[in-house]
Amino acid sequence: MKLYVSAIFLSMFLIWPAAAWSAAAPDTLCLSCHDEKGSPFHASVHSSLGCTGCHTDIKAFPHPDNVAKVNCGACHSEAATALAGSVHAKASEQPCLSCHGDAHAIVDVKDPKSTVYPLNLPRTCGACHGNKKFAEEHHLPDVYSEYMDSIHGFALTKDGLLVAATCSSCHGSHDILAPTNPKSRTYRANVPATCGTCHEGIQQLYFAGIHGKQMEAGNAQAPVCTNCHTAHQISNVREVSFQMKTSATCGNCHRERFGTYRDTFHAQVSALGYVETAHCWDCHRAHDILPASDPKSTVAKANLVQTCGQCHSGVSASFVSYSPHADPHDGRQFPALHAASIFMNLLLASLLGFMALHTVLWFIRSHAERLNDKRRNS
Amino acid sequence: MSTAAATNPVAESNYYTRFSPGQRILHAVLVFTFLGLAATGLPLRFSSAAWSVGLAHAVGGFSAILFFHKFCAVVLTIDFLIHVVDIVYRTVVKKQWGLLWGTNSMVPNLKDAKDLFAQMRWFLFLGPKPKFDRYTYWEKLDYWGVFWGMAIIGISGYAMWFSGAFARIVPGSWLNVALLIHGEEALLAVGYIFVVHFFNEHLRPNNFPMDITIFTGSQTEEEFRERHPEEYARAAEAGQLKQLRAEAPPAWAVRTSRLLGSAAVVIGVVLIVLTAEAFLRD
Repeated sequence: MKLYVSAIFLSMFLIWPAAAWSAAAPDTLCLSCHDEKGSPFHASVHSSLGCTGCHTDIKAFPHPDNVAKVNCGACHSEAATALAGSVHAKASEQPCLSCHGDAHAIVDVKDPKSTVYPLNLPRTCGACHGNKKFAEEHHLPDVYSEYMDSIHGFALTKDGLLVAATCSSCHGSHDILAPTNPKSRTYRANVPATCGTCHEGIQQLYFAGIHGKQMEAGNAQAPVCTNCHTAHQISNVREVSFQMKTSATCGNCHRERFGTYRDTFHAQVSALGYVETAHCWDCHRAHDILPASDPKSTVAKANLVQTCGQCHSGVSASFVSYSPHADPHDGRQFPALHAASIFMNLLLASLLGFMALHTVLWFIRSHAERLNDKRRNS
Repeated sequence: MSTAAATNPVAESNYYTRFSPGQRILHAVLVFTFLGLAATGLPLRFSSAAWSVGLAHAVGGFSAILFFHKFCAVVLTIDFLIHVVDIVYRTVVKKQWGLLWGTNSMVPNLKDAKDLFAQMRWFLFLGPKPKFDRYTYWEKLDYWGVFWGMAIIGISGYAMWFSGAFARIVPGSWLNVALLIHGEEALLAVGYIFVVHFFNEHLRPNNFPMDITIFTGSQTEEEFRERHPEEYARAAEAGQLKQLRAEAPPAWAVRTSRLLGSAAVVIGVVLIVLTAEAFLRD
């Protein structure tokens, strides 16, 4: 009997690890060595899976030295496929962890402690994309600081708004593609739709306007949202500093029109730092811009009284024959202005020229006379 | 020569009245408002220059600039109208027809053309200095330049100020022309006053540092004889010199005149340098 019990006890001692391993929760066994991973893991979203839920190649205790890389895609197949096709596919050996952080401490995306929780996401992306050296190496713009100083960045970090656009709002999360890739959310033709996920009303106006229509028609010159607003350093459009810059922004493409605008009163006032004067968008609108030939345009002849009347009181049909783009050099379109310009230039050149000569001659002659007087007196 | 007396008019000498108190006040107001208009108008004309933006910020932005500009414009308009009304009153009511033609008139005549020609000959060492009457040809040019300048700049300025009302009378496209003329005529005025007028009346070797007759109202006997020999001779012949005699200007008036004139010259020279810089860079 004693021998019998001993045999059972001995066999139990030999068989126990294997028997215990086959049980549902081997974590205590793992933690006997990997103690430090216990508490973060138990608080993580994956705690119910147990250690071997991810470390599927470990079948015995103790396990061999070389443990296989965890394949997150075994469960997260959709994310893994997307990631494999993205710019980050080969970003690191374990690209999931670059963003999701400590493998044993991953929490739910909705948990404010998550590295990919909206309020934390820019800092997470910024770990790489806020690094100047990294940006230079990969020929990327220094987007982190630009974003943090943008209206989106301020909405997130200063106002704490969860609805504020973060990196993933525009770039996606797992399936981020290069902006040169036509499937990318940030590919030129896709930008209006991407911004439109939040700014839907503006998107509608944009596509109603000439820029949107031309873009849809495949005109590579037509601007999308980012051409005027930039991609990361997006300003609050109600800020004076932004409004003061916008006319020049339009001028990047509309060079000639900007040039003629610059010679007029509106632009002169604006150049002195006064925002309450007509900038391009005041007359042409910002998004639903239409050519003057379109009867719905704010600058169509029939609508000018109303458009100018936004600022000027007592606007009449006669008033709007004023041209905010008058060019004194263009004699065909502006004959009176052209003639006045020539007359004034001639008047200035001849009168000032003659009087300058008169002055110089007088100066010389007076000096000569004074020298003469001195000689005579002495 | 009378250079010593010209640079030191307080020296012992007989003084003769040249300008009435009214004329001196009108000119002083013109000086202040013109400087104000130039200082607040030039930044607008050359709005892309760095000094324009700086100046606009210094005085409180564009609205402040426009306020000062309009304020000076209104004062100068009143100044101008007082002068015009005075001329009309003195001719039509007081029948002083000599204001319209003759030696006491600002209207150019044949002698002015002859004087200009003779002066050019004198400049080129080809003849003697012409003998000028009460008003020299360049003084008349100054006067009419300012007169028409004020009319043109004033009308175009008020057209833009009251653009709505203006456009009910004429097409709005005239406002384009108004801005161009306003700016160019103003440049002409600034260039003329700050270079030509300042040289003629202040910086010319015989007048340096300045002729204060327009501020004190009187000139010395030497100045009278040298600058307006024809008028002097005529007055002497008619025995009217005594009637023209004036008290020597008090020292404070001379000091104030010099201070005011020098300040105007300094401001003008600064503005013309800034203008030239912006104009050449344009």
